[in-house]
Amino acid sequence: MAITLTEPAAARVKTFLANRGKGVGMRVGVKTNGCSGMSYVLEFVDEINAEDEVFEVRGVKVIVDKKSLVYVNGTVVDFTKEGLNEGFKFTNPNEKGQCGCGESFTV
Amino acid sequence: MALLQLSEPGQSTAPHQHRLAVGIDLGTTNSLVATVRSGEAATLPDSQGHHSVPSVVRYSKDRICVGHAAAEHSITDPKNTIVSVKRFMGRGVDDLQVLGKKLPYDFVATDSAVPRIHTAHGDVSATEVSSEILKYMKARAVSALGDELMGAVITVPAYFDDAQRQATKDAARLADINVLRLLNEPTAAAVAYGLDSGQEGVIAIYDLGGGTFDISILRLNKGVFEVLATGGDSALGGDDFDHKIAEWILQQAGVDAATTELDASTVRLLMQQARAAKEALSSVEQVEINVSNTSLNWQGSLSRAQMNDLLDALIKQTILACRRTLRDADVVIENIQQVVMVGGSTRVLRVREKVAEFFACEPLVSIDPDKVVAVGAALQADVLAGNKPGEEMLLLDIIPLSLGLETMGGLVEKIIHRNTPIPVAKAQDFTTYKDGQTAMAIHVVQGERDLVTDCRSLARFDLCGFPPHVAGAARIRVTFQIDADGLLMVSAREQNSGVEASVDVRPSYGLSDNEIETMLRDSMAHAEDDMQTRSLREQQVEGERVLAALDAALTADGKTLLSADERATIDVARAELINMNSKDDADAIKAAIKQVEASCEAFVARRMNSSIKQAMRGHSIDEYATHHEE
Repeated sequence: MAITLTEPAAARVKTFLANRGKGVGMRVGVKTNGCSGMSYVLEFVDEINAEDEVFEVRGVKVIVDKKSLVYVNGTVVDFTKEGLNEGFKFTNPNEKGQCGCGESFTV
Repeated sequence: MALLQLSEPGQSTAPHQHRLAVGIDLGTTNSLVATVRSGEAATLPDSQGHHSVPSVVRYSKDRICVGHAAAEHSITDPKNTIVSVKRFMGRGVDDLQVLGKKLPYDFVATDSAVPRIHTAHGDVSATEVSSEILKYMKARAVSALGDELMGAVITVPAYFDDAQRQATKDAARLADINVLRLLNEPTAAAVAYGLDSGQEGVIAIYDLGGGTFDISILRLNKGVFEVLATGGDSALGGDDFDHKIAEWILQQAGVDAATTELDASTVRLLMQQARAAKEALSSVEQVEINVSNTSLNWQGSLSRAQMNDLLDALIKQTILACRRTLRDADVVIENIQQVVMVGGSTRVLRVREKVAEFFACEPLVSIDPDKVVAVGAALQADVLAGNKPGEEMLLLDIIPLSLGLETMGGLVEKIIHRNTPIPVAKAQDFTTYKDGQTAMAIHVVQGERDLVTDCRSLARFDLCGFPPHVAGAARIRVTFQIDADGLLMVSAREQNSGVEASVDVRPSYGLSDNEIETMLRDSMAHAEDDMQTRSLREQQVEGERVLAALDAALTADGKTLLSADERATIDVARAELINMNSKDDADAIKAAIKQVEASCEAFVARRMNSSIKQAMRGHSIDEYATHHEE
């Protein structure tokens, strides 16, 4: 059971945390509200909850709640540029399909 | 799949509901757009890596282009290439005729007060030109963020008046941008440095751009910004620095600038070299200058100390403006806790030195002074879009000139005084001047002077159809309301009947900062005159009111209640008051009014008795007693 960060993703998370001035790590999770079933959650974490799993990846604490973990286990998080846009990209082996816009997915 | 950004805890958005918001610094020379991604505020570059976009729009027959592509044509196609359009925002035909003499554009007068510029693409207004720049900034943001924007915070100079702010909002509407808020530029700069989350205290924003200088004094209190005062010089900037250095080069080259006519390309080369030297001297002690073409040939070196000598007089002017503005804000230097540097010209080390010396503290320079306003706007947009819960950032701005109403005698009654923080609502009660009056004209004016003719008219409307009362009995409450964007709404309500009327003040054109400055200066210079004029007008109005009341009383009861002698005394006093009222001695009018009142004392008492008798006729005293006990 694990989440992987690429080197660029880990570097950006560290920078963003430093800029923000507080926070212990990054939360990866899922919410059931997308147009195609589920959508990803990507947030700063100030407090780790009891039901959270914490992974130490390339010096970054990645925090996943146990319920989400079954949906995102094995996901690789990268930081990439597409044209002028830039952001985090998820590659999730559990995904079976995406909505047209790619913002939500089914497992 | 779509690219994701890091959100604040608990603030992840549902798909297609991203709260994407940007800050736009819509500048005179350059514009920038910035946003907050993964908690980091940064300006957005184009594919070539340019962050700032020249605020230039070129209209050719079949297309409109914006930015660098347009700027290239500013010399070859000046009539169709609109630069510095911000200077025309919210301006009328008259304002532009003054400015227009120096401009290459063909202005076209229209039915409305908004002039249009004739181009190959048709006639365009300043608002439309601005909206093209905003559309361009929006397109860059949408492609960089990968989705539609929820809204934008657009910055404006603190001295922008209602008309200029409204014109900016209209431009955003034309560009299909939802304006979350207009934000004053100095306030945005303070936000960029996170001063809003810091301690309490007073902050100065020193903004020296290419062509303008602005100084703003803000007070931070419990996380709330209040603009205490703004000042500056709309014709002083880095371009003047370049001019000084260019003059020096000419002097060194033995060219007498006063008698020699230089061709345009030599002037351009000279200015380029001067600018390059200025920029280089921010990092090195000495720079080699080489100006050579067919008409001018000079090589030499300029040291930082030499440049400092050239620029000191100009920098001193900015410091003097700082001193004046501090006085305006009623703040002493010791109270200034932070100084924020904005504008490319603050890169000149001498400027930093002199500012540090004057304010006795090191100015903040760590954020790129060209980007700091856009970054602050982006941070504010992020909050307003709802991406930061529980961290309310309430920013207050001020109104630059007092707002008031015309009262009898052409006088101004100020309702909201200048430098009042907005949003604000203030109400004042007024009454009628004549018996049986059923309507009142409301004339909204802006300015510091006491007479309406010396102020600027913003709007007029009528409150009609309230029931007639005797003079002074109607109660009309006039409310001035200014929203967070600095736009004014005036409403009037007659309190007894509930009759209401209101107007949104959307003036068709506005004042320049120069004019605001002139108006302020005039109000100081004419303070004594204004005071005397005011007291004279007030006495004249009072005199007329007394005469009107007297005439009404004489018509009603003069024959029955007065002897011939008494009538003669009153007539003498009345004639004297009429005479004095047409002259300009307030004290004499006052004395004449007293005289009239004295001559009428017996008459007034008799009228009172007679009207009480009238009212009580046919009733017994007992009836009144019973009523009283109830």
